[in-house]
Amino acid sequence: MIAQDLLAALQGVNSEVAERESADWPSFNCPIDSLVDVLKALRDNHGYDMLVDATGIDNGVEASPRFTVVYHLLSTSNHVYIRVAADCLDSENPVAPSAVSLWPAADWHEREAYDMFGIKYENHPDLRRILMWDSYPYHPLRKDFPLAGHEEDLWDEEIREETGTKVIPAPMAGGPFVSSSSSFEADKEPRAKDESWSEEKEKPDA
Amino acid sequence: MVSSNADIGYNSKVEGGVIVSKADAVINWIRTHSLWPMPMGLACCAIELMASGASKFDISRFGAEVMRFSPRQSDVMIVAGTVTYKMAPIVRRIYDQMAEPKWVIAMGACASSGGMYRSYATLQGVDRIVPVDVYVSGCPPRPEALLDALIKLQDKVRTETSAKDLLKIKS
Repeated sequence: MIAQDLLAALQGVNSEVAERESADWPSFNCPIDSLVDVLKALRDNHGYDMLVDATGIDNGVEASPRFTVVYHLLSTSNHVYIRVAADCLDSENPVAPSAVSLWPAADWHEREAYDMFGIKYENHPDLRRILMWDSYPYHPLRKDFPLAGHEEDLWDEEIREETGTKVIPAPMAGGPFVSSSSSFEADKEPRAKDESWSEEKEKPDA
Repeated sequence: MVSSNADIGYNSKVEGGVIVSKADAVINWIRTHSLWPMPMGLACCAIELMASGASKFDISRFGAEVMRFSPRQSDVMIVAGTVTYKMAPIVRRIYDQMAEPKWVIAMGACASSGGMYRSYATLQGVDRIVPVDVYVSGCPPRPEALLDALIKLQDKVRTETSAKDLLKIKS
């Protein structure tokens, strides 16, 4: 078993490495302070030479630990994937070590996780937002961020004054718009979850 | 067959190489048939915009084949695709850099209204940031729809008081 051998080997790096529940590939939980050491061991000693994805998880506003960082690795010689997760210690200002020193590919992935979740990566060479504009004050994939967004000023001051346009919460009109799980293709057209109101019809008072 | 209307049309022997017309009609005629687009391709609509320019649909039949990637040489900005709030001020800035007279076509659902992106990141219609002359429905619209929008825009250009605007005559 790949998972058992790996687990034993990784516990040599840090004894607290444990198996993580997974539906597909071997997956491990790792203490965040030895995350880089574990990733380095996987890369140098076990052939996991390619970083496929680095991302984050918001476990919920109440959850503790709230934020988890996840690294997906691939062995290009053995063609097997592996997943390593580490919980951030601080739920208010989550901090995680950067893997850019191991894989340059981690650069943009970690910038995206920083943009969307607000996870600060230590020793990252260029930790800026990658999708939202630099002055945006929120982290949109956090569980307490509404899909429609918040009202906000446009980032360009001149255009803001010229047009008077603001960033507005998107009109949801009964959304989000989802397709039903019905088996008929014709019924899978996405519809508003709450069809009691729309752009023409006011939302009924609760 | 010789048409009996031959004498009613332009006849150089009768008129001596002179055509009498209105300045508006001449200026609008010129403008109508050489609308140089600024291709503001932001998403998948831009693929249909490219198809409109390619041989099968050939937007040059309507005089709009000179896609200029410099706003200073463009007459009509075709906003093709989803405009995010991050991109919106840049779209406006490019519009501001275009020389007068200028027009805007909002191509597709996203540019017209935000389309299916009712989200925190998407501008809900490019008319919040630039004045739009023609909206094209579709997700994405077929090239025929864009050609139709161009013809609609040409109809609009034909009705403008170009001479008055050029000479800055106040009515």
